Amino acid sequence: MGLLSAFQLMVKRDLLLAFRRRAEIINPLIFFLLVATLFPLGITPERKVLALIAPGVIWVAALLAVMLSLDQLFKHDYDDGSLNLLVLSPVPLFWLVLAKVLVHWLVTGALLLLLVPILSLMLHLPEAAWWPMLASLLLGTPLLSLIGAIGAALTVGLKKGGVLLSLLVLPLNIPVLIFGSGAVIAATQALPYAAQLLWLAVLLVLGITLAPFAIAAGLRISVSE
Amino acid sequence: MNWTWFHRLGSPKWFFEQSSKWLPWLAWASIGLLVTGVVWGLAFAPPDYLQGNSYRIIFIHVPSAFLAQACYVTMAIAGAVGLIWKMKLADMAAKCCAPIGASFTILALLTGAIWGKPTWGTWWEWDARLTSMLILLFLYLGFIALENAIDNVQTAAKACAVLALVGLVNIPIIKYSVEWWNTLHQPATLKLTEKPSMAPEMLIPLLVCIAGFYCFFLVVFLYRLRNEILWRERRTQWVRLWMKRFQ
Repeated sequence: MGLLSAFQLMVKRDLLLAFRRRAEIINPLIFFLLVATLFPLGITPERKVLALIAPGVIWVAALLAVMLSLDQLFKHDYDDGSLNLLVLSPVPLFWLVLAKVLVHWLVTGALLLLLVPILSLMLHLPEAAWWPMLASLLLGTPLLSLIGAIGAALTVGLKKGGVLLSLLVLPLNIPVLIFGSGAVIAATQALPYAAQLLWLAVLLVLGITLAPFAIAAGLRISVSE
Repeated sequence: MNWTWFHRLGSPKWFFEQSSKWLPWLAWASIGLLVTGVVWGLAFAPPDYLQGNSYRIIFIHVPSAFLAQACYVTMAIAGAVGLIWKMKLADMAAKCCAPIGASFTILALLTGAIWGKPTWGTWWEWDARLTSMLILLFLYLGFIALENAIDNVQTAAKACAVLALVGLVNIPIIKYSVEWWNTLHQPATLKLTEKPSMAPEMLIPLLVCIAGFYCFFLVVFLYRLRNEILWRERRTQWVRLWMKRFQ
């Protein structure tokens, strides 16, 4: 089988499986809205303060929502044994893993982007910062999926991997958060924000090229257990 | 190329026997260097023209920050060696590095906070160098947690090695954070490629302290590693014979 058709098949299969388990797609989205709603209730509903904290709140909520969905990324395949077959298949594992991460991003990160305008409105994010917000999330959320998949691959065989997964992945996500919210904060202050977005792009290129190998290595270790 | 010498180096038995010869030398060297460096630094080095006596904490702070990073790199290299050549000793070395590195990171953060209060007027600031050191601590804790979560020793070692290698991206961020971002933390005091900006009366005791910290790290590391070797090889003949001497 050609590499490209294997990739397409993998994407199709995972998308189909994702739509069969709709609750798993919808839950992170609700979680995203809920977490962001807690901040006005917990800090203050005042417009000025909200505009100030909105970039960070939206970014942190997105990060946590992606985190929440990671636990299931390889779990079903591990439980029903199809992960073993993927590892044994003649198609390189890092390639298949890249397809899986792409689907994960499509059903979490990309869907979150659709909710961002609503949240930006509710949190009074200045209009000048809307495009930077979307651009930073567009570059940043695939990275969250890629980095998170490394942690998910390493912990998939463990019974109580959930908290451990956050412990492994959150520190690695911090640079993404810093550059992502940094770009939006700069935009709200009418400062140039291209540098932060370019840094995110650099990290994304690095992540796409290197992370699949780490994910594949992690899966091999978890499967051989 | 013939790799047998490399694999002999990785034999736990050979290493255990050899390291007992190195340990006393290293222990005396670390005591000697640390006492000399600390006494010299704290009592005899001149006070700083700007910071007075409070700068003296660098004799603890700088070496521990050095070691915190060096320890992580050592851990990642040992993990890579374990993954590639499947050497048991390298797996054990990576595992033994983690708690020591975490301790040095905590020491660096604490001494930094103690120095920061009189100098910057704050215990903690969300500055690039400080934050990246805190991330380093989290990386160490994640490594230790993963090691503890997986029961199978070999699987744990492999998984941890992958994690350590992934976390390696943080090291250049810490290293260059003071140059890339103009924040509160001052630029690096010591550089290999440039002439040091410090006066020699302060620089020499600092270098002695760093050497002492490195020796101290090696002593603690070897003790942990030897302990780990004895535990993992407890069913072999040579460990049983060795243990008999103490009964």
